[in-house]
Amino acid sequence: MLIAWLIVLPLAWALAAWLAGARRGATIACAGVLVQLLLALALAREVAAHGPFTYAVGGWGAPLGIDLHVDGLSALLVLLTEVVALPLVLYTRAWLVAQEQDGTYLWPLLGLLLAALHALFVSADLFNLYVTLELLGLGAVALVASGGERKQLAAALRYLVASLVASGCFLLGVAVIYGIHGTVSLADLAERVPADPTTPTLLAGALMLLGLMIKTALFPFHGWLPAAHGSAAAPVSALLSALVVKASFYVILRLRLSVYSGWAEQLDWLPALLGGGAILYGSWCALRAERLKMLIAYSTVAQLGYLFLLFPLLAVGELALTAGALQILAHALAKAALFAAAGIALLASGRDSVAGLASLAGVLPLTWFAFGLAGTSLMGLPPSGGFLAKWLLIDAAIMRGQWIMILLVVASGLLAAAYIFRILSCAFRSAEREQAVALRPVPRTMEWVAFALAAASVLVGLEANAIAGLLGTGGAR
Amino acid sequence: MSATLLYALTGCALFALGLGATVLVTEPLRRVLAFNVMGSGAFLVFVGLAQRAGVSDPVPQAMVLTGIVVAVAATALALALIRRLERDDDDAR
Repeated sequence: MLIAWLIVLPLAWALAAWLAGARRGATIACAGVLVQLLLALALAREVAAHGPFTYAVGGWGAPLGIDLHVDGLSALLVLLTEVVALPLVLYTRAWLVAQEQDGTYLWPLLGLLLAALHALFVSADLFNLYVTLELLGLGAVALVASGGERKQLAAALRYLVASLVASGCFLLGVAVIYGIHGTVSLADLAERVPADPTTPTLLAGALMLLGLMIKTALFPFHGWLPAAHGSAAAPVSALLSALVVKASFYVILRLRLSVYSGWAEQLDWLPALLGGGAILYGSWCALRAERLKMLIAYSTVAQLGYLFLLFPLLAVGELALTAGALQILAHALAKAALFAAAGIALLASGRDSVAGLASLAGVLPLTWFAFGLAGTSLMGLPPSGGFLAKWLLIDAAIMRGQWIMILLVVASGLLAAAYIFRILSCAFRSAEREQAVALRPVPRTMEWVAFALAAASVLVGLEANAIAGLLGTGGAR
Repeated sequence: MSATLLYALTGCALFALGLGATVLVTEPLRRVLAFNVMGSGAFLVFVGLAQRAGVSDPVPQAMVLTGIVVAVAATALALALIRRLERDDDDAR
């Protein structure tokens, strides 16, 4: 029952927020997400206690109805969605007041996006995954466009085309799989495919992988991401960078662990190679970016690359999976914090440039602290979640004797430090402060949200045992 | 060549044509049309491949119906975005 409520509730409050109008809509959304957080906690506790379970929607059961399946990985990601979403809805509320916007469309779209995320994480068949990916894409595109500025509309259209091409590829893969095996259920396919991976099945897998890589904005398919994440409203960018791109990565991981567990290991090197390219290219662009939000968006491109290094290491087992999950959690929290802090800087100074940050030197200490803390996690300094994720990744790489990968992880930590210090160096540049323009006041809620998210990205490292335990209960396999 | 394979190959050809046009064409409206051709190709593969001994399978038909609904929604969103962009251009002139 819990899972069904997690999908129905956001849809219900999205509708209620639409009917109630913007002002009351904000309150409804905050209350809705708070209840979702409690539900997600209960779900995680249930999975930890009793292991994975399946729920037949409406009592129909597959193949006639839709089955939902929850295991440790999905419960963890549903919980992450709520932990990121709750601070961000509070942030959005304060942000809309400060910007003097009404956000009529923002709240309903936010509800749709969260419902799509929940449904995706608990999907038990390929077709349901396709539908939820599409819903997520449409919701995300509409959120980017919801600001109504020209550059946002152009970025949204570009994002939409990329997203549609990607889901087209995914759908063709699903069609071929159904044609061969006569089922789309992940559990059934996981029994049939690994023992006998035929060429058409592998081709279908490659098509689905291609679509998902475009959706995850893996280098060189990242073209749409910086424009969309860099131009969207600050709370929207935070949500998209933290959660939406992780959803399609989750689908890749899920398929690799179940249906394609017999997939030849050499094939894992392709995504890992692209991931390496993403780290280097994304970091390079982040170092050169003029606009603050562009810098953070390119940092997302780089950090997503890490996740793909995971695939050749999966043979190590639980360790690699825990490293991946920790990287997802730490990056989601840190990136949400960075975009939230960037939104504050933009609101206060009125300009979106890295150099313009100097006008904020010496003020907004909490926001700068949030920049620093979130940066700690991205660079991978102890005891942050990012540090532990990288540590485990290096550990797994040593076990497999992959020295290049270790070099890559260390180098990318240094690159992340370089672009984070580009931001932080402005905080201590007091010379330009005198001729700075008058700053607009920033609601305290926004600053505290940025700080809380950044602190969570550091503290998540301390919960690593609980996370590994949750992943271990029946596992994602 | 069996009918099943014929449907599937036609679907693949449509998909490839649509994919090529979506990637290569820059004019927004033609891109939307190209995406729809691509989607139709995938639907044809879905329904065409899933015949067992000449009897069609109802499950993929239901799935394709869902897919068509999603494609209509996506097309509507794309058209709305294009219209808004064009209107902004007209206003700017």
